[in-house]
Amino acid sequence: MNGRHTLAAAHIGTAVAAFALASAMGVLQALSVADFAFPHRSESLYYIAVTAHGVLMALVFTTFFIMGLGYALAQESLGRIRGRGLAWIAFAMGLVGSAAAAVTILRGQSSVLYTFYPPMQAHPLFYMGATLLVVASWIWGGVMIASYLSWRRQNPGVPVPLTIHGMLATIIIWFLATAGLAVEVLGMLIPWSLHMVDKIDPLVARTFFWWFGHPLVYFWLLPAYVLWYTVLPKAAGGKLFSDSLARMVFILFVLLSVPVGFHHQFADPGISSHWKLVHTITTYAVLYPSFVTAFTVIASLEVAGRMKGARGLFDWIGRLPWRDPFFASLALAMISFTFGGFGGAINAAYAMNSMVHNTAWIMGHFHVTLGTTVALTFIGATYWLLPRMLGREVRWMALARIQPYLWFVGMALFSISYHIAGLRGMPRRVYSGSLTGEYGAPWHTLTRVAAVGAVLLFLSAMSFVVVVAATWLGGRRIAAPAFEFAAPLRPALVRGVWDRFGLWTVLAIVLVAIAYGYPLVHLLAHPRYGSPPFQPF
Amino acid sequence: MNVELYERIWMWVAAGLLALFLCAIFVSAGVNAIQPPSHIETVDPTTLATNAEFGTPGVKVQPDGSVVVSVVAQMFSFSPDPIEVPANRPVTFRLTSPDVIHGFEVVGTNANAMVIPGYVSQFTVTFKNPGEYLIGCNEYCGTMHHNMVGKLIVKKESR
Repeated sequence: MNGRHTLAAAHIGTAVAAFALASAMGVLQALSVADFAFPHRSESLYYIAVTAHGVLMALVFTTFFIMGLGYALAQESLGRIRGRGLAWIAFAMGLVGSAAAAVTILRGQSSVLYTFYPPMQAHPLFYMGATLLVVASWIWGGVMIASYLSWRRQNPGVPVPLTIHGMLATIIIWFLATAGLAVEVLGMLIPWSLHMVDKIDPLVARTFFWWFGHPLVYFWLLPAYVLWYTVLPKAAGGKLFSDSLARMVFILFVLLSVPVGFHHQFADPGISSHWKLVHTITTYAVLYPSFVTAFTVIASLEVAGRMKGARGLFDWIGRLPWRDPFFASLALAMISFTFGGFGGAINAAYAMNSMVHNTAWIMGHFHVTLGTTVALTFIGATYWLLPRMLGREVRWMALARIQPYLWFVGMALFSISYHIAGLRGMPRRVYSGSLTGEYGAPWHTLTRVAAVGAVLLFLSAMSFVVVVAATWLGGRRIAAPAFEFAAPLRPALVRGVWDRFGLWTVLAIVLVAIAYGYPLVHLLAHPRYGSPPFQPF
Repeated sequence: MNVELYERIWMWVAAGLLALFLCAIFVSAGVNAIQPPSHIETVDPTTLATNAEFGTPGVKVQPDGSVVVSVVAQMFSFSPDPIEVPANRPVTFRLTSPDVIHGFEVVGTNANAMVIPGYVSQFTVTFKNPGEYLIGCNEYCGTMHHNMVGKLIVKKESR
């Protein structure tokens, strides 16, 4: 193994292991919802699977992958990781925390889903394990920032490498987001689960959860954008269309990612419609940097196609390396995001949200966004990272070539079905699509199609895991290829306004204070009674 | 910042599109008063059984002819069930929970709200089409969540 990247490889390996377990939990759910009989099918198993799938995919797989990617980029773009020993301690903490939470879930003691809304109460180790993982990610953020500051001292006035620019934006968003989570988990859930306090206010807890829960999406998405901007154009044989706009995009996310959480609470009591409208505006504003990204990345790919001699309007598309599993994964992830983005605009549409809120539509939505845009980008990036980290050739390349397409087809069946089922009113998170056994005729066929999609997704996931394991253990040893990043058509020569992270962070904090300050004070001023714990699982 | 012409055009088009989306929302919210349920009122979830309103949930016709339905959503049923309301009259739902968080979704309509213990959710809808509707809980509330259904009967006005 290439020693410089052992730290990154340990994180990526952990992420893939979590992904493997989570995938199995995913297919179980889809079969259950579609009322397919299988051994040991039960309500308890279903909610264990929903919780494990959500926690392992959304929190463990993503966080470990992003930490690993961050270390690899710091090593390559900055030439250093400051605090490597601390980083290993954080890795161990994250591993122990994730394992503790996973054990309580698999034992059926924490079937509270990944949103863990009180007054439903999980095992105390569930909350503490999740806390350890988040603290590990804070240490990672500190190590990344220390590495950047060390680099900046030696390179005054030089623009920060775009890879690191995007990772720093990710880290700032993560610190802002997890501040809300820390209030909920450390201030409310852990004392309550240890019986130090009797009661908890479910709405206040929810509000802090969604303070965290939406920017969590950008914590996943921005590292994917880093790969789209800096690696994808290079892999396609082209150049980055615009460097400065990429920087603007990352800064807009720093400003707008957090003050948007009420769009998850449109249907909640206790928050005035005016403040929900304010969060609607910020939610639409945060769509803007994604629109700009779509242009810049697709233009970069067109540049690649034309550099290979493409003529005419669409000829460049055929010249792109569709047989390269890295390229195919990221390109399919981007196609998926055009649908996900417009679906998101519908979810965010204030009163129209009532038509889709907590229906199967939402499951369809986050599987084309997180489940494809982010997951497939990370899968593709793993194919790119493995030879560079391990000095081994990807094994079973034919399987790796098919895998992203299999994912895309499986997800199309799965996601389109659930979108339609949701529009027909199918509620979310149900063990059986027929509910009590008497309903569900409008969506029964759709849940069956979704189950077929889920089986294809599971096969695709297992193909990925097999390729990773085979490469890791038995891939042919090669000289590790270089990490090559796309050169911009017009490079930034000096450190510009989009590199002034201190200024943008202060502005972001002001926006969060405005968006949450008054509604929270108003809510806390009401007589509030609190709820005792319930464990109906 | 030096931005390519095509990119500049795209950025303006994207901004225009988002402004258009927001205008549609402002018009429906401001002119047509279409708002998500956003009532602010608290209630003690541990004493609902003796609460004047939620101790005896049900459909009440107010002196002015409007209809108020008080509903308790609990693991794993809605009370009252079935709920009978008239068609073409504003019906105000008031909902709360004595235990965990539930959802209240009248399938096939835009009546859809979270039910949070300690709070009263309130919204007003008018059902135009008489018939029987499925009420589903759409927030996970425990192992038997999928069994938490109710029935809404919308009756044609007799007069």
